[in-house]
Amino acid sequence: MIRKVRSHITQNEDLIFERSSPGKVGYQLPALDVPEADPSALLGAANVRGEIEGFPEVSEVEVVRHFTRLSTWNYAIDLGMYPLGSCTMKYNPRINEAVARLEGLAWSHPYQPESLSQGAMEVVAKLEDALCEITGLDDITLQPAAGAHGELTGILLVRAMLEAQGNPRKRILVPDSAHGTNPATAGIAGYAVQNVRSNDQGMIDLEELARLADEDVAALMVTNPNTLGVFEENIMRAAEILHSKGSMVYMDGANLNALVGVARPGDFGIDVMHINLHKTFSTPHGGGGPGGGPVAVKKHLAPFLPVPRLKRLKDAFAWDYDVPQSIGKVRAFYGNFGVLVRALAYILAHGGPGLRNATVDAVLNANYIRHKLAPYFDLPYNRPNMHEVVFSDDRQSAKGVRTGDMAKRLIDYGFHPYTVSFPLIVHGALMIEPTETESKQELDLFIDAMISIAQEVDEEPAKVTSAPHATRTSRVDETTAARKPIVRWKP
Amino acid sequence: MLAACGLTSTDQLFGQIPAEARIHEALNLAPGISEFEIVDYFKGLSDRTSNGYASFLGAGVYNHYRPVVVDTIVSRGEFLTSYTPYQSEISQGTLITIFEFQTMVCQLTGMDVANASMYDASTAVPEAAMMAVRITGRHRILVAKSVHPEYRMVQETYAKNQGLPIEEFGYDAETGQLDLADLEAKLSKEVACVIIQTPNFFGIIEDVKKAAELAHAHGALLVATFSEAASLGILAPPVDADIVAGELQSFAISPSYGGPFAGIIASKEKYIRQLPGRLVGETKDSNGNRAFCLTLATREQHIRREKATSNICTNQALIALMATVYLELYGKQGLRELATQNLAKAHYLGTKIRPHFSGPYFNEFVAAAPAGKTPEGINEALLEKKIIGGLPLGRFYPELSGATLLCATEMTKRADMDTLAEVFHS
Ligand SMILES: Cc1ncc(COP(=O)(O)O)c(C=O)c1O
Repeated sequence: MIRKVRSHITQNEDLIFERSSPGKVGYQLPALDVPEADPSALLGAANVRGEIEGFPEVSEVEVVRHFTRLSTWNYAIDLGMYPLGSCTMKYNPRINEAVARLEGLAWSHPYQPESLSQGAMEVVAKLEDALCEITGLDDITLQPAAGAHGELTGILLVRAMLEAQGNPRKRILVPDSAHGTNPATAGIAGYAVQNVRSNDQGMIDLEELARLADEDVAALMVTNPNTLGVFEENIMRAAEILHSKGSMVYMDGANLNALVGVARPGDFGIDVMHINLHKTFSTPHGGGGPGGGPVAVKKHLAPFLPVPRLKRLKDAFAWDYDVPQSIGKVRAFYGNFGVLVRALAYILAHGGPGLRNATVDAVLNANYIRHKLAPYFDLPYNRPNMHEVVFSDDRQSAKGVRTGDMAKRLIDYGFHPYTVSFPLIVHGALMIEPTETESKQELDLFIDAMISIAQEVDEEPAKVTSAPHATRTSRVDETTAARKPIVRWKP
Repeated sequence: MLAACGLTSTDQLFGQIPAEARIHEALNLAPGISEFEIVDYFKGLSDRTSNGYASFLGAGVYNHYRPVVVDTIVSRGEFLTSYTPYQSEISQGTLITIFEFQTMVCQLTGMDVANASMYDASTAVPEAAMMAVRITGRHRILVAKSVHPEYRMVQETYAKNQGLPIEEFGYDAETGQLDLADLEAKLSKEVACVIIQTPNFFGIIEDVKKAAELAHAHGALLVATFSEAASLGILAPPVDADIVAGELQSFAISPSYGGPFAGIIASKEKYIRQLPGRLVGETKDSNGNRAFCLTLATREQHIRREKATSNICTNQALIALMATVYLELYGKQGLRELATQNLAKAHYLGTKIRPHFSGPYFNEFVAAAPAGKTPEGINEALLEKKIIGGLPLGRFYPELSGATLLCATEMTKRADMDTLAEVFHS
């Protein structure tokens, strides 16, 4: 039975271009306090553009209604549980938004004098310190703009260190359970990717690893807990194998939410890792970004971190560009500063004990879901999990219903789907990450919905394969979209 | 809940982590604080910044007014707290705003297709160069010295690890525009692309057409970048470029000490399958209604893995939404008026302080400090009047160490420009 939602009226809305009528405006500018300018005279007629054909012309209220109406067609954490595995969709405290908009922080220019930037630089310093403490690593850069950008930065650090030793090496080892950004990053950093097959428990196979590890391997990229939500219990052995060949261990920190306050990557053999501030530290995902991808390292990689580095002088902060072994810059200025402000506010609000409690609740919530759903869905790797749990559609696909179908049906029950078909090592995966901010009530509603869907698969599978039924947009034809791409409006 | 999991203590939840990998004492972080204390703390930090100062800094980050409505929209939880719109049926709101964003980026730049956003221009430029390398099968990259120095630094970091040789070509010491002879001399059959910026780092408008002709004559692509998007309200779009990679910070995105911003990448239609990042396309739902979804995903890392066009996953969606709301508010007429106001302000300042270069400029220009003065000295004197001066150029261009880069926008007040000119000349 569907208990969480019932339908309500939503407004129709055209594209803004179709709402336009000539002469309408939604902006105001002050009267000019200087003489008017003649663009053709100042720029040369050839440099001046004509009217922008098809550009919107609408009033302010039309803009507000346009976006408000569109917003009601979205699902969001603010509406309910969003159990997308690997994405850590937790509640985003609004205080973080408020402090990021404080005038002195939001309107600081990256080139203003350091004497007028000390408040902003303190944000950087405080966050650097907290993240080093949380990861157990020695040093950090906050410059990367997202997780994948952090991966690239981290692998470039490894490359720079190996190059300084005389040989950048050729290969990066990537487990077959890894996220797509890992191999893509290795490729962009100029390395060949070698897949490492997981063992029958879905974990790094030490024998396979020992076989593949040699002096051509620059690094292993490992996700821990891995994408099955399971802690790689042999991680320290794996690190020893790589270190014995002079290779580095890179950790994809997308799943750090399972570890904060409980275990530190720096203590289990990791040399370098990225952190997704938009996951673990709750800066909002915003429909796909922005994020923050700080990269933390052990001492031996620190000399290669991007410039500028924040220097802590006796009574002031300063930016230091004089870092001879640095890989250079990976992004202009100092990174997604506004995201850093939000992450620091989150850490201050929780404090050390609060962060650990969040970890405990996240892991407890995911285990609760595993126990409640195990009778209904196949668990390909039935092991204690951490912050997320991965089922397969084995039982349901026998009836012709796939993980993607059940995901769509979940929408009718008032939830965002779980992550579908990832990790690739699980055929027909249902990857569920509840996060710590869901209450038992919400979890129980979710569990009921999943059980109800499992029953529907038995009794009326067509209802599931044709879902969703309650949304204003029914199942979307993605195949046609890709065959004849229309990626912009035209008059 | 513990009991339902067959456990008796929360510690057992972590039983799979080997003891030697666990920490046994608390993190060395203070206990949590209340909302009031957090506001109080960050207000204190905010006060220890440039708050209350007028500023003539541009150089890639611009002060433009942000209409209140922009924050109203992006604060809506349905936009703020949703993920990437992979589940189209419950993400049409986000998908349509991205489709409108892609459309307006095309309209502004004169390109045929644009993606859903990049981190910023400094990372969009190397992504464009990588596109050009894939398209042409060549490896050399030529970059104008008048491209933003930080974009060039990021380009360098990306390229040096892929074995892509980079060479810079100069600018004309008189006009501040591209040194086309230098460009021509450095072009060859190995060059994948030529990267230029317009208005360039000195605020000067480039001849994109000429640069494109030279590049194309040698079989190379032209990549055009920009950091001052407001210029597109009045300037002819860079239609002769093959790829445009730029920055939309000017459109309602606060300077925020350098980020988050919204980069764009756009190109000619024929290169669509080489674009990095996400793309939204139009289609229909099973009832035949117009609908939108992410498309051409076979370019991307989650499908293509090490053969993807880029490793980008999370982009700058919410910031791109800010720019989208802004562009729809300003619209056809507003964007032109905005650009014209910027032009008028900067040229008023240009009558008080003589521009160093003779090329046409939009809203910033280089000025040489009067004899016996330094840009740094002038800036010191301005700070006493609560004014932040221009960017002294010596740190990026040793040959311009006596010069400063000054910017005026619609937010710059005439009285502050008069004070600046007075201090400059006094
Ligand atoms: C396991 C894993 N690694 C890497 C990434 C990439 O991070 P980002 O999207 O911040 O670039 C993600 C997130 O999508 C992920 O889930």
